[in-house]
Amino acid sequence: MGAQQRIYKQRIRSTQTLKKMFRAMELIAASRIGKARDRAVKASPYARAITRAVSAVATHTDVQHPLTTERTDTTRAAVLIVTADRGQAGAYSASVLREAERLRLQLEDEGKEVALYVTGRRGVSFYQFRRREIVQSWTGNSDSPALETAQEIGNTLLDAFQAPAEDGGVAELHVVFTQFKSMVSQEPQVIRLLPLEVVDGVAPVGEKPLPLYEFEPSPEAVLDALLPRYIRSRLFNALLQAAASELAARQRAMNTATKNAEDIIRKYTRLANQARQAEITQEISEIVSGSDALAAS
Amino acid sequence: MPLKVEMVSADRTWWSGEAQSVGAPAADGDLGILPGHQPVLAVLRPGTVRVRPSGGEPVTMDISGGFLSVDSDDVTIVVDPTTSEDPAGTVEN
Repeated sequence: MGAQQRIYKQRIRSTQTLKKMFRAMELIAASRIGKARDRAVKASPYARAITRAVSAVATHTDVQHPLTTERTDTTRAAVLIVTADRGQAGAYSASVLREAERLRLQLEDEGKEVALYVTGRRGVSFYQFRRREIVQSWTGNSDSPALETAQEIGNTLLDAFQAPAEDGGVAELHVVFTQFKSMVSQEPQVIRLLPLEVVDGVAPVGEKPLPLYEFEPSPEAVLDALLPRYIRSRLFNALLQAAASELAARQRAMNTATKNAEDIIRKYTRLANQARQAEITQEISEIVSGSDALAAS
Repeated sequence: MPLKVEMVSADRTWWSGEAQSVGAPAADGDLGILPGHQPVLAVLRPGTVRVRPSGGEPVTMDISGGFLSVDSDDVTIVVDPTTSEDPAGTVEN
């Protein structure tokens, strides 16, 4: 067998191995998406109950709460960036980070100092490579976030928002995550979570009007219990959406990779056949010309 | 007319269905809810929530906090569970 043929065979074999790996990752991602979406669905009654209660309090009382008031004593702004732990998910982490960089520039233009909070190893290594300071990071389980992680992130950020300016308190909290719209469309999103903007009558259209509530023990106490829960629930939701998006992005990327591997295998198979044929033709012409030379002598 | 009760925590629904009465540990005294209760939003302290369904055994759950809203016989109890174990025994994956 000629050297050229051997090289083609080698390429085909290694691409076949890669293809198997891509296919396996695609199937794994596909099987996990259902679970991730299921978790988002399970968390929604809670989010709905909290949102409804928050709007009920906001509609009927005019209570000021630390979490809804703008802070003027510091210009630090916290940004929480939700990325993946692993690559092989196409542009998933890259597009979140691009959106985060855009937000950072915008905040810096407004004269604010940005404090970075990152979840997911991809985001952490992105900022470490650029030698930017990360205030706190959480890694592991980006494709199936635990409720405890969300609570911990929520508590950390709420503490930062309520901390005095000299202890690294922040005046704003932005979250950059990927919203799961459908299996084929996931969009990076930026939301400002703190200070909360409680809009009157945020109850979704079509629901029955909110009744006049009695607050037990007082509107302030109810708000105190509600708002941190609301923040944590929004964060948990963001993590779940990001997890579903990550898996969908990975499935799509691996599907494309499998197809590309098939293309390469096909191409090299053709080239290998061609090389084999060329070798045979050459051998025949060598034999024929040799016997011709013998016959002529 | 029975109460429509939904008991939820951040990641799942613990119990939902129709009930005759609900008892919950509100911040300054236990709160009993019967059909026709006026709308209320209450903060809960650690304790036990008791739901008496229209049929079957009473449901109880230990909580470490939460809140409760009543709105024309729709009762929503948001709980912070003390355990992550499911009362129905179906472990969530």
